[in-house]
Amino acid sequence: MSGLAALGVLRTGGHDPASGLAHMLSHPFIVHALVAGTAVAAVCGLAGYFVVLRGQVFAGDALGHVAYTGALAALAAGIDPRLGLFAATIAVGFGLGLLGGRGAANDVAIGTIFAWVLGLGVFFLAYYTTHASTGNSTANVTVLFGSIFGLSAGAAATAALIAVGLTALLLLIGRPLMFATLDPAVAVAAGVPVRLLGPLFLALVGATAAEATQVIGALLLLGLLAAPAAAAQHLTDRPWTGLWLSAGLAVTSVWAGVTITYAAPRIPASFAIIAVATALYATALLTPRLRAGPGRTTIRPGAASPDPSRAAAAGRSASGARDAVSDGRNLGRPRAAGGRRRPAAAAAGGPR
Amino acid sequence: MSGNPGQLRVDAVGPVSDSAAALPAPAVELTDVAARLGGHRVFSYVTLTVRPDEFVALLGPNGAGKSTLLKVILGLVGHTTGTVTVLGAPAGRRNRAIGYLPQRHAFDADTRIRGIDIVRLGLDGHRWGTPVPLLSRLLRPAHHRQAGQRLAEVIDLVGAGAYARRPIGQCSGGEQQRLLIAQALIRRPELLILDEPLDSLDVPSQAGISALIQDICRTQRVAVLMVAHDVNPILPYLDQVIYLARGGAVMGRPAEVITSDTLTTLYGTPVDVLRDRAGRLVVVGQPDAPAHHPGPGR
Amino acid sequence: MQPHLSWDLVEDVRQMLAFPFMVNALRAGTLVAVVAGAIGWVMVLRRQSFAGHTLAVVGFPGAAAAIWLGVATGWGYYGACIASALVIAALPPSARRGGLGGFGEESAVIGTVQAFALACGFLFVSLYHGFLSGLTNLLFGTISGVTGTQVQVLLLAALPCLVVLAVLGRPLLFASIDPDLAGARGVPVRLVGALFLLMLAVAAAGTSQITGSLLVFALLVTPAATAHRLTARPALGVGLSVGFALVASWVGMTFAFYSPYPIGFWVTTVTFAGYLLATGWRLAADRVGQRRRPGSAVASAAARGMPA
Repeated sequence: MSGLAALGVLRTGGHDPASGLAHMLSHPFIVHALVAGTAVAAVCGLAGYFVVLRGQVFAGDALGHVAYTGALAALAAGIDPRLGLFAATIAVGFGLGLLGGRGAANDVAIGTIFAWVLGLGVFFLAYYTTHASTGNSTANVTVLFGSIFGLSAGAAATAALIAVGLTALLLLIGRPLMFATLDPAVAVAAGVPVRLLGPLFLALVGATAAEATQVIGALLLLGLLAAPAAAAQHLTDRPWTGLWLSAGLAVTSVWAGVTITYAAPRIPASFAIIAVATALYATALLTPRLRAGPGRTTIRPGAASPDPSRAAAAGRSASGARDAVSDGRNLGRPRAAGGRRRPAAAAAGGPR
Repeated sequence: MSGNPGQLRVDAVGPVSDSAAALPAPAVELTDVAARLGGHRVFSYVTLTVRPDEFVALLGPNGAGKSTLLKVILGLVGHTTGTVTVLGAPAGRRNRAIGYLPQRHAFDADTRIRGIDIVRLGLDGHRWGTPVPLLSRLLRPAHHRQAGQRLAEVIDLVGAGAYARRPIGQCSGGEQQRLLIAQALIRRPELLILDEPLDSLDVPSQAGISALIQDICRTQRVAVLMVAHDVNPILPYLDQVIYLARGGAVMGRPAEVITSDTLTTLYGTPVDVLRDRAGRLVVVGQPDAPAHHPGPGR
Repeated sequence: MQPHLSWDLVEDVRQMLAFPFMVNALRAGTLVAVVAGAIGWVMVLRRQSFAGHTLAVVGFPGAAAAIWLGVATGWGYYGACIASALVIAALPPSARRGGLGGFGEESAVIGTVQAFALACGFLFVSLYHGFLSGLTNLLFGTISGVTGTQVQVLLLAALPCLVVLAVLGRPLLFASIDPDLAGARGVPVRLVGALFLLMLAVAAAGTSQITGSLLVFALLVTPAATAHRLTARPALGVGLSVGFALVASWVGMTFAFYSPYPIGFWVTTVTFAGYLLATGWRLAADRVGQRRRPGSAVASAAARGMPA
């Protein structure tokens, strides 16, 4: 938060947005913040899209806790906090992936474990503040809530480079990952290394979490992972469009957040960023579906599924309406009028 | 009649071919194959042949190993004895030429991905990289166009044109199956493997999908191997039937395999096959496979 | 001036109790443990652990806002938690699936709400200069800041909570285990659920004052989960849950007093250790039972109907 004090003095007085923007960008710390923030937001948006699609939001939560503890453990040990940050998140991410990563089989156990991890982090914090001679009391806040303006040129460049690397890796595995997410059995048969992709992806999410911790903090990174991605999934049903949209929304959140903080210096940057991301998500939720389709009713007009040739071949009088009336989860109960056929009482081929 | 079902083999008399020339190489050939899964033997000494252009059903009670057999053919599960030749190569090598429709739960209603995008994944979902929506159209227009054409073709083939652009979670079971069949067909496979595609569909949808598969088998000249619970929807179209039970298999034409004598020999207990007025087959007395308790931590 | 832990337990306790703030803390801890243990047991049964966690997290901006506005944190905690519980209770049932369970949509919403709540809390804390050190206390708990008023408020909140719990007892249990059947038998399932959420909010707000908003899991969930591992009988389960929570609370406070490490760490560690022990014991017991009678492990697990 060291930049904020300086920020208080630098309110832009210009009323012209273009000049205001130029004025903002003339400050090095803003540039550093935007460079790092944009790169990190991009990878958060991209990775977050898959996190939400794969139902692994809980992993993002857990990795946030691990990020906190890893960073503070490193501080307590006297080494660069980023080392602990990345080591812990990548290792735990990979481990979660190995365990099968989808959904909370036992959310009580997971919550307990990661609450303990957070408690461990506070232990390291206390150790650090009592034992370290140069007790930097703001370290805790920096790890919890990030410090986008506190990034030096070097740190910002490093963060950006790492984020670019992570983005490249994610784009490399994008297609197989989507395939493995949507259709795992077929993907395996097609040669996609599904069992490797799972842990690899969560390790990548771990690294993303570590990056995001530097920008918006361990407690808030879940917002940047989940909100833009979920918003994108609401706004479009094309997967690749959604993926890039998610990245765009995340980057927008960072830019808007930084601008807000620049204009109103007492507002912390990480709050502004998360607030924008949340607002975007809320807006997306309220947007009516783009495709005003027939909705989720199971009864659809006959034109919905043209099936005449197939049905005729089967010798039944089923018109397109028959297929339309069926609900895939229904077991063998035709809606045909006249009650012609009841499902075969028993069938050659074995009992159900 | 020995008690060992594996040794009872009704010779596969395939469709009578006009020419005296050699029959085309089989699409799938298993010889004396056994497989283990989770520590116990699923089946042993299974011998079967699926010729190209044939529509073959794989039947049997729950737990008999039908899905496992499919996975052996796909090279996803190893086999302990015998040889497996799929499209002229060992199992698993030529999977790109196989269209696979695994047993799936219906897509979650929340899944907002379009059906057409899921079909598209069948084309190149395994290739590394990430598509950028507009970029591929600019940078590789010919490839993009061809892919689009093939996509439209295959969706038209299965008759899914009206709902392919709808989020797949909102499609009915029958519609989803058509889209997934399109996904399996998009690479012009020589062999189509389907694991209980008619499960959880209602009768009219079953009829529609069965007819579609038959259509594809004939016009696209694809060998079809389909696991089914109930043979009746597909009985009119079948060339061969494989009956898997008690660790062994019997293969032959439906009229020869699904008889009281054959099944009684296969199961070792009295089984009757009856035919009702509408011509449907009813099997009575068929026992389920003995349950194998999976060990802890399965 | 760190007090020293000696081997004489009585002397240690007397030394602790010489400090008024510790007396307050211990009183508060006791009250919180009783409420959290009891309500937590039902919460784990209803698989609403993450609802509890989210309610507590939402308490943080409430408390921070209270400080910024110059009122006691209690208002903020209780106000925010109760308000959120009312919101959740008002949502249609389909939108309220309690768990953090994998699913894209629900957990994305919960994750965003949590992040936004924490961000708001950070905003309020930042707007109130000079309180950054108190941030740790709000988030991770403290034993040193508990005032007598807080204890009184905790008592005032705990009593009705426990009374309502006792009154709702059987219908709540019924509705938690089998909502459909309970509804058919005339139990007002939605009302009972809403009342429970309110009690949960009060429990979460109270617990936050000891463990901090981020670590309520340690007293609200883990002792209850431990109890669920050990027994399926309600009375015994609630008793065990309260017992574990009390032990965790007292032991945690003692260690926090005698060491430089904060209460949040101690409480999470003690309860986690208990949970691990209980899990290990259960696994061992199952394996022994399985060897004696194959197939019984499945049956006994089913009979226990383990929710945790």
